[in-house]
Amino acid sequence: MDTTYQWLAGFAQSAGLLYFVGIFLTVCCYAFWPGNRDRFEEAARTPLQED
Amino acid sequence: MSATGYPIRQATTGEIAGILIAGASILPLIMIAALTTDPGYAFHVSLGVVAAAITIFLIANRCFSGQPGNPPQEIDGKPNYNMGPVKFGTVAAMFWGIAGFTVGLVIALQLAFPALNFDLPWTNFGRLRPLHTSAVIFAFGGNVLLATSFYVVQRTSRARLAGELAPWFVILGYNLFIVIAGTGYLLGITQGKEYAEPEWYADLWLTIVWVVYLLVFLLTLAKRKEPHIYVANWFYLGFILTIAVLHIGNNLNVPVSIFSPKSYVLWSGVQDAMFQWWYGHNAVGFFLTAGFLAIMYYFVPKRAERPVYSYRLSIIHFWALIFLYIWAGPHHLHYTALPDWAQTLGMTFSIMLWMPSWGGMINGLMTLSGAWDKLRTDPVLRMMVVSLAFYGMSTFEGPLMSIKAVNSLSHYTDWTIGHVHSGALGWVAYISFGAIYCLVPWLWNRKGLYSLKLVNWHFWVSTLGIVLYISAMWVSGIMQGLMWRAYTSLGFLEYSFIETVAAMKPYYVIRAMGGGLFLAGALIMVFNLWMTVRHGAESAPEAETQPKLQPQLVPAV
Repeated sequence: MDTTYQWLAGFAQSAGLLYFVGIFLTVCCYAFWPGNRDRFEEAARTPLQED
Repeated sequence: MSATGYPIRQATTGEIAGILIAGASILPLIMIAALTTDPGYAFHVSLGVVAAAITIFLIANRCFSGQPGNPPQEIDGKPNYNMGPVKFGTVAAMFWGIAGFTVGLVIALQLAFPALNFDLPWTNFGRLRPLHTSAVIFAFGGNVLLATSFYVVQRTSRARLAGELAPWFVILGYNLFIVIAGTGYLLGITQGKEYAEPEWYADLWLTIVWVVYLLVFLLTLAKRKEPHIYVANWFYLGFILTIAVLHIGNNLNVPVSIFSPKSYVLWSGVQDAMFQWWYGHNAVGFFLTAGFLAIMYYFVPKRAERPVYSYRLSIIHFWALIFLYIWAGPHHLHYTALPDWAQTLGMTFSIMLWMPSWGGMINGLMTLSGAWDKLRTDPVLRMMVVSLAFYGMSTFEGPLMSIKAVNSLSHYTDWTIGHVHSGALGWVAYISFGAIYCLVPWLWNRKGLYSLKLVNWHFWVSTLGIVLYISAMWVSGIMQGLMWRAYTSLGFLEYSFIETVAAMKPYYVIRAMGGGLFLAGALIMVFNLWMTVRHGAESAPEAETQPKLQPQLVPAV
C-alpha cells in the first residue's frame, strides 16, 4: 500500500509538472503565433461592433 | 396581432413536453409532501408542486399571448435577441442583492449586539449566516452571471439564445433553487458544508437546471455568426462547466430516504474535508472570479469604447487561471490531517495564481488606455475600474494568506472575513453594479441612466462602506490572531477566549456601519434603476447607426 501511494504521488508530482508546463507553452505558442495576430486583433473589437 | 377574441395558437412540441413533465411531477410530489414527517421538507416539496402548477400556467399562457411559439431568428437581417430572461435575471439580481446585503447587516449587528438573535431558532446567527452568504454569492451573483452571460453570448455571437423555453427554465429554475435553499437554512435544513449547504433534493434540482444552462450556452455558441468565440464566452464556459463538476463532486450524497431531507456524503474524514475545500475554493475561483472576469471582458471595453488591451494576454490569462485555480483548495486545510505535501501544493498553486490574476487585472485596466479621461465623467466606468483595483488587491492578499506561516496567524480570524469582503464587495459587487448600470438602459431601450449623479453618490457611499468594513476586519483579525498566540513568561496563554471577543466589539460596530453604508448605496442604485425604467427617455432607434468617431485607433505598443 505504501509503495503504491509513493509511486502515485511521485508520478503525479513529476508528470503533473510536465503536463502543466507543456500546456502553458502550447497556449503561449497559440497566443503569440504571428499568423494569429490579425484574427485576435479583430476578435478584440467584438464587443464594439453594433448590429 | 390585435385579433378579436383569443388568438389561440397550436402549442409547440417543447411547450407540450414542458406541460406534460410539470403535470406528471405534481402527483408524486403531493404524495411525498403528505407522507414525510419533516415539516420543512413537506414545505419544500409543496413549493415544488406550486412551481409545477405555475409552470403549466405560464407555458399554456404563451399559446394565448399572440406571440409565435418559435419567433424568427432574425428580423430584417438583424438577430432577434431574446432579452426576456436577461431582464428577469437583472431584476432578480437587484432583489436578492438588497435581501442579501440586509441579512449581512443584521448578522453584523448580531455579532456586536447578541440580543438581536432574539433567542429564536429562525433568526439565530448560525442560520442567518448561510442565508447571507448564499443570498449574495448565489442569488445576487448567480443572477448577475445568468443575465449577463445570456446577454453577452447573444451579442458576441450575433445569434438568438438557443431554445425558447429552456432559457426561461434556467433562470426561473435557478431562482426556485435559491428560494428552496434560503428557506431551508431558516428552517434548519442544511448539509453543514460551507457554500454547499442545500440538501440532496435541492442539489438534484440545481444539477438539472445547470445542465440545461450549459446546453443553452453551448447551442447558442454553435449558432454563432461570428467566426471567433469571444474571450468573455470562454470565461463563462469555464465557469459553467467547472461549477457543474464541483457541484456534483461535492454533493455525492446518499439520502436517508425519499421522505427525508437528510443525507450522508459518500466519503468521510479528511477526504470529505479536501473535497469540500476543493469545491469551496473553486466556488471562489470559477463562480466569483471566472464568471465576473467574463463580465469585465465584455462590459469594460464596451463602456470605455476601446478594444481589449491585449487579446493575446486574455488567452494566456484564461488558460493559466483555470489550470492553476483548481489546485489551490488545500490552503484552506493548513495544519490539519491533510498530508503535508498536499498543503504545500495548495500553497504553491495559490502563490502562482497571483500572476494570471494580475495579468487579467492589467488587461482590464489598460483597456482604458487612451480613454482615462472617462473616469472623470463616467461614474459607471469608475465603478468598474475600482472593482479591478479591488480585484488586484484581494488577489495579492489571497496568495499572501495562503502561505503557511501567514495562515497560522490569519486562519480562523476576522482577517479572512476582511479578505473575502474586499473581494466580494470591492470586486464582485462593483463589477456587477457596473454591468447592471450598463444593462438596464440597453435592455429597456433608454437613452441612458436616470441620474449619473446618483451613481456617483452610490459609488462614494459604498466605497466608504467597504473601506470601513475591510479596515475594521484587518485590525480586529490581526489583533485576534495575536491575542490567541500570546503567552505569559510562565508559558500560559495570556488571554482567555472571551477576552479576545470583548476586544473585537468596537470593530464589529465599525464593520456594521460599513455594511449599512454599502446597503444604502445599493438602495440608491435600485431607486436610480427604477426611475430609469419608469421615466427614462426612450433611446432613438437610429442612434446606433450614426457613424461612430472610431478611426483606426490602435493602442500605442
